[in-house]
Amino acid sequence: MSKKLPVVTSRGGTVEPPRLTPAPPPGRLIDSPRFPAQAKVELGNPVQRKNLHHAMTTIRDKRARVAGELDNWEDLRLAGEAIKNRTLRHLDTYLVQLEENLTAAGTEVHWARDAEEANRIIVGLVEASLGETREVVKIKSMATQEIDMNEALEEAGIAAWETDLAELIVQLGHDRPSHILVPAIHRNRSEVREIFNAEMGTYGRPAPEGLDTEPKNLAGAARLHLREKFLRSKVAISGANFMVADTGTLVIVESEGNGRMCLTLADTLISVVGIEKIVPTVEDLEVFLQLLPRSSTGERMNPYTSMWTGPASGDGPQTMHVVLIDNGRTQVLSDPKGREALRCIRCSACINVCPVYEKVGGHAYGSVYPGPIGAVLTPQLRGVTSAVDASLPYASTLCGACFDVCPVRIPLPDLLVHMRHKVVEGKKAKGGVHTESAIMKATGRMFSHPRLWAAAVNAGALGGKALTGRVKHFGPLPWPLSKWTNARDVPIPPTESFRAWYARTHHEDGSLK
Amino acid sequence: MTTTSTSPGRSFADAPGWGKTVALFAACANDVMFPQAPIATTRLLERLGCRVVFPKKQTCCGQPLVNTGYYDETVPIVRNFAKAFEGYDYVVAPSGSCVGAVRHQHQMLADHAKDPGLRRDVDAVVAATFDISEFLVDVLGVTDVGAYFPHVVTYHPTCHSLRVAHVGDKPMRLLQAVRGITIKDLPDADRCCGFGGTFALKNPDVSVAMAADKARNVASTGAEYLVAGDNLCLLNISGVLGRQQSGIRPIHLVEVLASTEEES
Repeated sequence: MSKKLPVVTSRGGTVEPPRLTPAPPPGRLIDSPRFPAQAKVELGNPVQRKNLHHAMTTIRDKRARVAGELDNWEDLRLAGEAIKNRTLRHLDTYLVQLEENLTAAGTEVHWARDAEEANRIIVGLVEASLGETREVVKIKSMATQEIDMNEALEEAGIAAWETDLAELIVQLGHDRPSHILVPAIHRNRSEVREIFNAEMGTYGRPAPEGLDTEPKNLAGAARLHLREKFLRSKVAISGANFMVADTGTLVIVESEGNGRMCLTLADTLISVVGIEKIVPTVEDLEVFLQLLPRSSTGERMNPYTSMWTGPASGDGPQTMHVVLIDNGRTQVLSDPKGREALRCIRCSACINVCPVYEKVGGHAYGSVYPGPIGAVLTPQLRGVTSAVDASLPYASTLCGACFDVCPVRIPLPDLLVHMRHKVVEGKKAKGGVHTESAIMKATGRMFSHPRLWAAAVNAGALGGKALTGRVKHFGPLPWPLSKWTNARDVPIPPTESFRAWYARTHHEDGSLK
Repeated sequence: MTTTSTSPGRSFADAPGWGKTVALFAACANDVMFPQAPIATTRLLERLGCRVVFPKKQTCCGQPLVNTGYYDETVPIVRNFAKAFEGYDYVVAPSGSCVGAVRHQHQMLADHAKDPGLRRDVDAVVAATFDISEFLVDVLGVTDVGAYFPHVVTYHPTCHSLRVAHVGDKPMRLLQAVRGITIKDLPDADRCCGFGGTFALKNPDVSVAMAADKARNVASTGAEYLVAGDNLCLLNISGVLGRQQSGIRPIHLVEVLASTEEES
């Protein structure tokens, strides 16, 4: 059996075959509603808002504390930026070098242009390596989320089990991750207990009787549930935080040890990695293994750092594959400004400080990459043609908190503006009349013709005079001003503009009248 | 006569701004909606001995357009700005955000226009442009500007003044030197208020949720006045505070600094 086929029922109709793993929410992420629309939905969830506020505040404070401990933090950031820039500038050379060294170490290298090709390769590799059961265990990986690998495996009749605690919560909850580091950050302990109680038994060992909401006990339930999957699965699938070009070494940084289980117990290890994850030498890890844990979990050093250079005889997986995925990355690389986003090491510091993310969570972004990095990366990887992708660059106040914490100094606010420009250029190229473009064109004209602007200033003061004594401020106004006044008062314009005051009190040379 | 000295009995030549001519960039929103801020800037700088001129060709820094993605429409605004303020040693604005936009975006836009002449003009103007707090502390070398403001205030450091213009702790040092003032710490002070220019219109619901947090933090301080260096952030926060009848009044930093004992 390779592909699951619809089952014909006794009445002649067809039903979907039963799923092996919990079904995620229906639909494709790229078809998500525009950011403002989904954000409004998410804002209406008070439990999620409380969970996010609590978790974000904690993780933000932790990061600030441990980053502040190092007096060479800014030097480390500069080094991280420089290493990644050099790598991206010569990515072609480093990729070839990496392939040579991976191959020399006994790892088979596969190249995938896009998600479809990557999934085809992965399904083929898994099929060839399965044991008695059609299942794989997974280490938390953004690349496999990005290509929606679990669903491709499900289609092929193979169960992919998430083994990271938060990813397990998300998977069992028929949910999608809302954060790249802490995927279940939108859930609290009671919700986790409910999910475990309701779902674990369907997909393996049930939750223990009388499970309470103590984090220790919830983790214990997950450990028991996962253990049998670890022991049974012959194939493990991972991503990688770094790939070292000059040695062919892969690096995974994790907190729970589930990754170590996958990396040691399986017979076959398939690592799915974006082509930008390269560092040139092992020495470069010195910089990133300081930057990453402090920026992401707010730890000085992460609990489990695994590095492997091909199979080790008689120990751990004896067959190793690396699937290198492009999936839009070379397109990003072709834009000298936009490519700065490819420096990202997926630490999530920008997400954790983002005040917009904190309000709405990750599901509003219609992508596996939420927050500021998602708002610049997703529309570059996928283009700005879908409704959600065109709205993402505007999902920020440009407050700049993200750049300040980014360990590789990605100028996120500048990139957001850069992507807004691309959205506007796309609109213009399409033609037709847009209200916003018309307003912006008229505003641009007014602000580049001082006389037009002076006339507008005078009109404002006339309006102020007409309203004087009648109202103190504006309350709710009709659309589109209602977007502002639904929740905020607006003062009426003053009766005298600044320039009128200046002309009344000063000569042009600055002397007083 | 052009100026008065900082205190009676001292000559004009002792004033920190003596001999300096400042081109005031009022900022478009201030010109129309909040003239008190540029008026206070003018009065304060004159009190410190500067000559303040108002180049009439000035309009806007272009930020609302460029931040919405309209580069081509912003280039003529940048050109106008460079022309309006050409040749001045000091261009001073009561807005960290507008100064940040000039400093951080005008060169990019000149490059976008592929116009080396404009880039040259922009380079000169950018080097001469200061937020009022920077001009006072860095150029005039004063933190005590002789202000008197016998009120309880809390200070919101606006995002662009902090993270684009990089004014640092200068506004706070200026405030701390004001006589009679009581400054209350604002919880989560450096979190964005949710304004974000066109963000407030494109994402109204998220914007209001953020403004509500900021307003709650402001109200928790028990301050009479909310002080900031950007009037549009103040408009956003005070719009919520006003709707709640909180009684907390917004005031621009420079209006506090311009207040004197004689006036009060």
